[in-house]
Amino acid sequence: MAGLSIKDVTKRFDGASALDGVSMDVADGEFLAVLGPSGCGKTTLLRLIAGFETLTGGCIRIGEREVSSRHVNVPPEKRRVGIVFQNYALWPHMTVAENIDYALKVARISRAEREERVRRALALVNMEQYGGRRPASLSGGQRQRVALARCLVAEPRLVLFDEPLANLDVHLRASMEDEFADFHKRTGTTILYITHDQAEAMALADRIAVIDHGRLMQLATPQTLYHEPANEMVASFISQGMVLPATVESPEIDGHCRVRVLGQELVVRCRKGERPRKDARICCRASQLTAVTARKPGFDGTVTRAVYRGGAARIEFEPDGTPHLGLHFEQPDPVTFAAGSRARLALTSGWLIPVVEAA
Amino acid sequence: MSITREERQGQDMALTVGIVAIIAVFSLLPMARLLQEVVLPGGRFSLDVVHAGLVSSTTWRASWNTLCVGLGGTALALVLGVAVALLVSLTDVRRRQAFVVCFVTPLMIAPQVTALAWLQLFGPSSPLLDLLGLAPPLGAPNPLYSPEGIVLLLGIQYAPLVFLIVRAGLRKLPRELVEAARSAGAGWFTVLRTVILPLMTPSIVGAAALTFVSCIGNFGIPAFLGIPANYPVLPTLIYQRLAGGGPAVLSEVAFLSVLVGVIAMVGIVLQDRIGSRRDFRITATSLPATPYSLGRWRRPVELGMWLLIVVILVLPLVGLVLTSLVRGYGVTLSADTATFENYRFVLLEHAAARRAFVNSLCLSFGAAAFAVFAAIPLGYAIAWGKNRWIKVLNLAVELPYALPGVVLAIASLLLFLKPMPITGIHIYNTVWIILYAYLARFLVLAVRPTISGYLQLDRALEEAAQVAGAALFTRLRTIVFPLVAPAAIAGGLLIFMTALSELTVSALLWSSGAETIGVIIFAFEQGGDSKYAAAVSAIMVASTFLLMLLANLLAGKLPSGVLPWRD
Repeated sequence: MAGLSIKDVTKRFDGASALDGVSMDVADGEFLAVLGPSGCGKTTLLRLIAGFETLTGGCIRIGEREVSSRHVNVPPEKRRVGIVFQNYALWPHMTVAENIDYALKVARISRAEREERVRRALALVNMEQYGGRRPASLSGGQRQRVALARCLVAEPRLVLFDEPLANLDVHLRASMEDEFADFHKRTGTTILYITHDQAEAMALADRIAVIDHGRLMQLATPQTLYHEPANEMVASFISQGMVLPATVESPEIDGHCRVRVLGQELVVRCRKGERPRKDARICCRASQLTAVTARKPGFDGTVTRAVYRGGAARIEFEPDGTPHLGLHFEQPDPVTFAAGSRARLALTSGWLIPVVEAA
Repeated sequence: MSITREERQGQDMALTVGIVAIIAVFSLLPMARLLQEVVLPGGRFSLDVVHAGLVSSTTWRASWNTLCVGLGGTALALVLGVAVALLVSLTDVRRRQAFVVCFVTPLMIAPQVTALAWLQLFGPSSPLLDLLGLAPPLGAPNPLYSPEGIVLLLGIQYAPLVFLIVRAGLRKLPRELVEAARSAGAGWFTVLRTVILPLMTPSIVGAAALTFVSCIGNFGIPAFLGIPANYPVLPTLIYQRLAGGGPAVLSEVAFLSVLVGVIAMVGIVLQDRIGSRRDFRITATSLPATPYSLGRWRRPVELGMWLLIVVILVLPLVGLVLTSLVRGYGVTLSADTATFENYRFVLLEHAAARRAFVNSLCLSFGAAAFAVFAAIPLGYAIAWGKNRWIKVLNLAVELPYALPGVVLAIASLLLFLKPMPITGIHIYNTVWIILYAYLARFLVLAVRPTISGYLQLDRALEEAAQVAGAALFTRLRTIVFPLVAPAAIAGGLLIFMTALSELTVSALLWSSGAETIGVIIFAFEQGGDSKYAAAVSAIMVASTFLLMLLANLLAGKLPSGVLPWRD
């Protein structure tokens, strides 16, 4: 196993930038998820690491070895990287065992050792009895496991997952998530996991890299991403965070400062060294919004929509005077709000988004 | 340790060099040589050849005739092909698969065999007409020895081609478009006129262009029907000039073959212009439209369709087989007089015929095998390559097939008339020059299905092998080849079938000892031995059916549309 180091990687296709100065370090044995909306450049990143694309600038190292830069480009077959493809890419003309055996055969490993390693790889994914089957006769989950075994058998230094659960139904997804987590625990493989599904990323990864428009937005643990987003994109992307305009009124003390939001004054969490400033932004979650009675601190507005979701309703709300600032929160049963109702809301807490910073 | 880009591209480089070499040798070289002969004869620029060709009235007459039968044949093929495609695709006629096989079969049978079969059907010695007591008096001219006869047979020969292309287009027609028009109140014929046919314009125009090129390049039909009627077209004129004058007239026939090429190109360019004039793109893909119920008309329509099969397929083949059983010209066929003597003669006794069977088998197999192995790397570069020259590459592979066969035959003659430089090997007047021409001409028949095989394949399958450590050639051998082989082999089978009784190219390139089956049939017929020609032809038709059955065994593994007779 080995770590991965990506430094200032840039990729342009015919002048259009797909990745722009992305840097990140993945520790040996770490499970890192790369998360972003579709078209953000995460698949390009995977193909650069695997060696299918050549980069325009920067460099990529796997372990101590430089594999991609403007001058060096180790071909994919020499990188010892494993990939679990989105659609598994199992070779239909080979049996399950032959699929797994392929990399060993190409490496000219002796027959006895190959048989032993294929057997162990099949055992690792609980597929011992399926070695003689063809991929076409397997279920989606079984194919996924064969793909896992196939990429592991060659003992890659790094395993890349390309949206491996995107083709599975919701039911199977949850169980495969468990299997991936379990698999990572047992093997200690360094994993880079590409996905657009944040629940999946949160559930699996040690750290998550959020990418948008080819740039790295933030690289942090799931908890940090949720509670302390580094910028507006991450704030609104992760768990549908709400971003509100604010004025910082006091300097930071003990990780908190006082802000004014929609006329309400409150204390929010913030980074060290924040000073009073205008045009600031805070991020808040639905759980940090509550309905209050008149004369309590808060702000008035109109409910625009109430969607009953079973046990609670999602209430969409527009504060007076800021017509396009859509807020939303949950009201548990009994639901009293309906479209058109007047209401007064208050913020209980929030996070002051730091001044523009890349990661 | 690090590997530079240059090092990694060792195998990529080898592949590229191989592909460029194939293209250069089999496509660019012959075309360049032909053009050189016309404008740079003997190495100096001169338009004498062009001038001499243009002032000759025979040239003009043959060109005019070529154009006439080309347009006539195309028109007939379009009417037949489009009508059948519409009936098969959009209505509820039954036994479609069987009908499609029968309707497409004429395309699989060599044109000269078609011609011979029809001649036997209508001639004064027609055993079939004789059996029915309808035969014209002996010595009366066969009504097919005429421009109309040529147009009729060209139309029948190529109607399946139109059918296949239009049918492929109709399959992609989303049913929403038809249903939207019907719910807007349009009747079925209005839908056909205002929605379906306009959307099918690119298919129909494309089919027309391809048919036109095939018609004007066809040698077998005008050779059998036009030469006796003294109705020359360019391919037969080239053949007659060359047969009469030998290599001395090469410059002259080179000009004529360029002229055929130019007429063909005009057809292709016209198609391109019409196709790009309006937006015919169909965006949605969905289930095909529900078949239109013919109601009480279903039975009559079905009857009509099968009657068509009887006329275009069954009757001529019956005529052919009956002729092959006749003892001699004018002998009335009956259970007593029928004989297998003709088959015995061509298979066992006639030395040239026996050689021709061996030659044609070897040539077709060689061309097919080479094409299958060349098509896999070529298809790889065309379907999956990233380079900008891929469009050029595709065009270069298509060119020798898009142009009429005579063009390539003359180019090959020019190329190999003298011994090859450096090696001194001389393949003129041997079977090898025919092999060369077959390879160049038919390569695309294997490349096309291979490309569609690649396009159906998920590229990740190759990438998975790459991350598993397999280098390019290992991947081609262990992953790519097994997966696209069925498509490539089906292409190879098509080549084998086409080359087996090929006539256009070998009629110009054959020599004593290097005869092909096509040439032998032609020679028998020209020498008045129709019964032997019919026997050889009947054997060829039987082999064609066998090969079609063989190819069907592969059908499950093939992208749809690779085997033309499979619906």
